[in-house]
Amino acid sequence: MTPSSPFDYAPAPESRAVVDIKATYGLFVGGEFVDGHGTPFKTVDPATEEVLAEVAEASDADVDAAVKAARKAHERVWGRMPGRERAKYLYRIARIIQERSRELAVLETIDNGKPIKESRDVDVPTVAAHFFYYAGWADKLEHAGYGTTPLGVAGQVIPWNFPLLMLAWKVAPALACGNTVVLKPAETTPLTALLFAEICQQADLPAGVVNIVTGAGATGQALVAHPGVDKVAFTGSTAVGKAIARTVAGTSKKVTLELGGKAANIVFDDAPVDQAVEGIVTGIFFNQGHVCCAGSRLLVQESIAEEVLDRLRERMSTLRLGDPLDKNTDIGAINSAAQLARIRELADIGEQEVSGERWSPACELPERGFWFPPTVFTGVTQAHRIAREEIFGPVLSVLTFRTPSEAVEKANNTPFGLSAGIWSEKGSRILEIASRLRAGVVWANTFNKFDPTSPFGGYQESGYGREGGRHGLAAYLEGGQR
Amino acid sequence: MPITASSAATAPTGGSGLADVTSSDAALRRFLHGLPGVDQVGAEARAASLATRSIKTTAKEQALDLAIRMVDLTTLEGSDTHGKVRALAAKAVRPDPADPACPSAAAVCVYPDMVATAKETLGDSGVHVAAVATAFPSGRAALDIKLADTRDAVEAGADEIDMVIDRGAFLSGRYLQVFEEIVAVREACARADGEDAHLKVIFETGELQTYDNVRRVSWLAMLAGAHFIKTSTGKVQPAATLPVTLVMLEAVRDFRRQTGQMVGVKPAGGIRTSKDAIKYLVMVNEVAGADWLDPDWFRFGASTLLNDLLMQRTKLRTGRYSGPDYFTLD
Repeated sequence: MTPSSPFDYAPAPESRAVVDIKATYGLFVGGEFVDGHGTPFKTVDPATEEVLAEVAEASDADVDAAVKAARKAHERVWGRMPGRERAKYLYRIARIIQERSRELAVLETIDNGKPIKESRDVDVPTVAAHFFYYAGWADKLEHAGYGTTPLGVAGQVIPWNFPLLMLAWKVAPALACGNTVVLKPAETTPLTALLFAEICQQADLPAGVVNIVTGAGATGQALVAHPGVDKVAFTGSTAVGKAIARTVAGTSKKVTLELGGKAANIVFDDAPVDQAVEGIVTGIFFNQGHVCCAGSRLLVQESIAEEVLDRLRERMSTLRLGDPLDKNTDIGAINSAAQLARIRELADIGEQEVSGERWSPACELPERGFWFPPTVFTGVTQAHRIAREEIFGPVLSVLTFRTPSEAVEKANNTPFGLSAGIWSEKGSRILEIASRLRAGVVWANTFNKFDPTSPFGGYQESGYGREGGRHGLAAYLEGGQR
Repeated sequence: MPITASSAATAPTGGSGLADVTSSDAALRRFLHGLPGVDQVGAEARAASLATRSIKTTAKEQALDLAIRMVDLTTLEGSDTHGKVRALAAKAVRPDPADPACPSAAAVCVYPDMVATAKETLGDSGVHVAAVATAFPSGRAALDIKLADTRDAVEAGADEIDMVIDRGAFLSGRYLQVFEEIVAVREACARADGEDAHLKVIFETGELQTYDNVRRVSWLAMLAGAHFIKTSTGKVQPAATLPVTLVMLEAVRDFRRQTGQMVGVKPAGGIRTSKDAIKYLVMVNEVAGADWLDPDWFRFGASTLLNDLLMQRTKLRTGRYSGPDYFTLD
């Protein structure tokens, strides 16, 4: 009964040769790359801490120039262009994204730290799908129910966890509806947005329709506060979301906010157990847990808790952590030193508070770069901070429940309400529980599935407004709510 | 052979809590239907995600040699002749005549009347003879005929018996009948020297259709004492698929967890390329575990697969592809 020699996967790195990272990057304003007037900042590869490039910081004046360029483009070209003509540009962008998908995926992985298999198989294909989908709406707005009048200039601020995908969620519907945009990518992940700017040039998109201003919080603040912006769209933390809501209060700006979450992933005793374990893993370890809708609270029925946790630990032991560019890597790098510090802090608090166990599979962390092992806390209760606060990292809190009502009560007992998961083989139970959960997205027997046709958004502190689907048009048309 | 006749002669009992589940049709039904369900979308997504693993250089070398050692080189045609079987057996022993370092296949798989011929050619090479018995491939015959078919093959020297289950009985819910048939065939695998021919139980998953059925029939066969569970005869489409094999690998993993006993898995039919074979090995490694990465615990039922494995092996060693003319056709 001797086990054979283990089958060691040799390194299978995706080639970096496909990307051309410049030493310095400017802003993209009025269809051209221009210098910024703030203090340039560096973006690093979180897997190695190597500096990738120096990126311009947009000053208040740069933001003003970008908003003016967007205004001009909106008034002179884009806002009056027939929908079917706008659609052609969006289709063209979508096709170029597909053609350059490998380049985009590799660059995203280098700048963000996420595994290449995710940027290649999830992020970039979904980005292209989003542009294709909204290209289809551009000439059919009259059938969507929100009128056909665009808002004007959209100021959009996006996070670092899905840099290109969040760009697509913001830019595609805005452009389809006839708005022009000024977009600020996150300061730790600006590179794919700047490559997207090149794609806009390649697609001959009229100057000023898409403007990209790089920088940190101050640049974002200048953008959302700019009086020339008609619409603010933000994805990011709840704290910043609240600050934005205060900034725009009392103005005529329309706002959509997609903020944090602390999703419950509920596993009933009649669940398809093997797939539920996969769903738990996908729910919290996909993209190192840097997912606003991550299933960070596992609610498992007491009668099967032990079995599920045994299987979960066994499954986690097969996760491969390491070089994000290796095609066999499942868990990549934490995006920044600051985020790593935040995850460590909350995990340490969890260790002090929780009477249960903190567990991670045996896995070697690379010496350089920002890394955190997949971690599970058992014996967590609703009173613990790790069950209440968004960690935004690969840390799962396990709670148990006895009855369906208790599961719903615990799932809803959070100021957030972005997403939830239900695992059960019983269809009637799924429908009943889903209707009682206060969450913008409820997945049944799956988790973290994204599709451009499906609206996405939250309740309470998870924000307001919907992105994706027909509902996503409402945020960019005069006839939409808010 | 890893499982001796004494260690697995009977269905698992005792501490595993499975002693009573085969006591009646109702008990067996309750048990099989009490197994966790399989979500089709999730199982297929997991299989597809494992198939994206990238196996290169040294890992590929390891995998190709392992896959060659796991091949049950198969000919199951009405047109089979002694000459054809001899040629196939010779190929199983030395798949690549140009390279003596190339490992042998695990077994040749033939109809019972060809067992003696295969045995004669294989001699003491270590390559086994597997025989399909029990009215293969449909299994539509009376039990005594199936048992006689099995005994014939065993007497002729078969090391392994690949039986088919009665899919009609399974689909109409007569689980105990299927169970008892497997037990009876297992008994018919006994040899005069006290050893057992190893029993592989073929489900014909293409006819059972649902993953829930695959999980149930896997447990049923393991409870009845199967040494191996096997997807298909190769005569029905679809034959082996990655998700079906995934569900079977989960079953053998769970069975070991509960009883301590290992059962082998054999996907058969439709696996033609090295790339496919490597996907299966990745799945074995990550779902059942590295303990199953051995010809004693995992096999490929295939014929054309072997030549593709040989071509890829040669390519890795020489850096060049050679044409099919450089490999034997049997």
